[in-house]
Amino acid sequence: MADGSITRRGVMVGAAGGAALAMPLARADDTTPALRQDTVPSGTLPVSLRVNGETLHLMIDPRTSLLDALREYAGMTGTKKGCDRGACGACTVHLDGRRIVSRLTLAARCEGKEIQTIEGLASEGHLHPVQAAFMDHDGFQCGYCTPGQIMSAVALIKEGHHHSDAEIREWMSGNICRCGAYPNIVAAVRQAAREG
Amino acid sequence: MQPFTLTRPVDVKSAIAAGARPEAVYIAGGTDLLQLTKDNVETPREIVDLEILSLSRIHATANGLRLEPLARMSDVASHPEVVRNWPVLSQALLASASPQVRNMGMMGGNLLQRTRCGYFRDTGFACNKRFPGSGCPAINGENRMHAILGVSDHCIATYPGDMAVALMVLDADLELTGQSGTRKVAIGDFHREPGDTPHIETVLQPGELITGIDIPASAAAKRSHYLKVRDRASFEFALISAAVALDIEGDTIRSARVAAGGVGTRPWRLPEVEAALAGKSPDPGTLKAAADQAGQGARPARMNGFKTVLLKRTVLRALQTVSA
Repeated sequence: MADGSITRRGVMVGAAGGAALAMPLARADDTTPALRQDTVPSGTLPVSLRVNGETLHLMIDPRTSLLDALREYAGMTGTKKGCDRGACGACTVHLDGRRIVSRLTLAARCEGKEIQTIEGLASEGHLHPVQAAFMDHDGFQCGYCTPGQIMSAVALIKEGHHHSDAEIREWMSGNICRCGAYPNIVAAVRQAAREG
Repeated sequence: MQPFTLTRPVDVKSAIAAGARPEAVYIAGGTDLLQLTKDNVETPREIVDLEILSLSRIHATANGLRLEPLARMSDVASHPEVVRNWPVLSQALLASASPQVRNMGMMGGNLLQRTRCGYFRDTGFACNKRFPGSGCPAINGENRMHAILGVSDHCIATYPGDMAVALMVLDADLELTGQSGTRKVAIGDFHREPGDTPHIETVLQPGELITGIDIPASAAAKRSHYLKVRDRASFEFALISAAVALDIEGDTIRSARVAAGGVGTRPWRLPEVEAALAGKSPDPGTLKAAADQAGQGARPARMNGFKTVLLKRTVLRALQTVSA
């Protein structure tokens, strides 16, 4: 992105701002808002968030959800906004090691806590085993719910809720896939749990 | 969403002082409040953050269980002592919401989730909860999910929680702390029927906090069960739920506690079923006859008459499960 290559998100952000196609985005370790300044509500509250091991210093509005802080202020758009009410699970991240829905979390209440997002799963260029399993099993179609599905699946395996397909389905029930990739998602979780 | 400030009290006393201010609300897990603020159903000017109070212990002894208000739903549900000695509570929590929401939702906030319906959540409609006196479109509207017990001419919204229904059969007490001190209220006296003031859902006074939930240990609590019947298998509100706790010695039911969710404007105890069980043998005929008593005084609306039948069947299945 920093080299100016054209990406899908770059096109969308550029179009929204009426700017050039390859408008540069903030990096995860940067505090520059991802969108043009005038599209982000002005922030009055200084907040430091620990995201994937890095500290972000943001100026936010007290109403800002963790989801919006990540996407709109920190430029980390891997976490998705689906229903915007915590009902679909697309915004799932880990907060102090637990999976939560970031839309129903005020960013200002996350200071001092460890946040892990989909961007923090892969290490040294290698996909996390759950990411690889979703690739192996085609655990998605459009892919929009996938970051939330994967964050939930990583937590589910750590919680030990993977001993049958029925148990996996129940404990993935906070993540909705409107394409209906559920059988492949269950297969991916099963494989990742076995390998993990 | 209306602008609000975020206040972080350092102790219970300062929290209560802040919470008593007009247009202030408490936030614990935030899963209910932040949906309602998003839709402008709740419009607080000040949100008082309770998380810093570190009231999140789960303390189980031979005599009973004490839950602090900020204990998380997922932690209580999976606590080995809760699973062993108060299974209805663990099961009710696991039947609630989603794994993510259970990692966020807390004991006090769960009891204080708003009694609500689709019209309450949509500010395009009148609602006696949002604007007292404006009317209730549910009474002659889409009311398949609405209550059949404890309804009034002002509101028929169903109490949506599961945990409180379980607490009804465990004889739980709530410890409430306010500006004038601490008091105990039985769970059965905590939630109010709507009457002509449906916007007031509990007996809490301004600023008053739930500071503890006390649940006695008993033979009935150990032999308890929660059954939730839904339109889909998971992450859905109850059409009907049943909580039952039976103390059975030999061939006699010494005491019975039965409550239901999905039917009432508040968590609903079923004394008519309990009376039909006490002192009897837990044989199939007795269980059936007792379950058939469930729902006395029901006033169904146009689309939710099926709940009167489903209630009896759900109670029966739950009774069969614990007495087997």
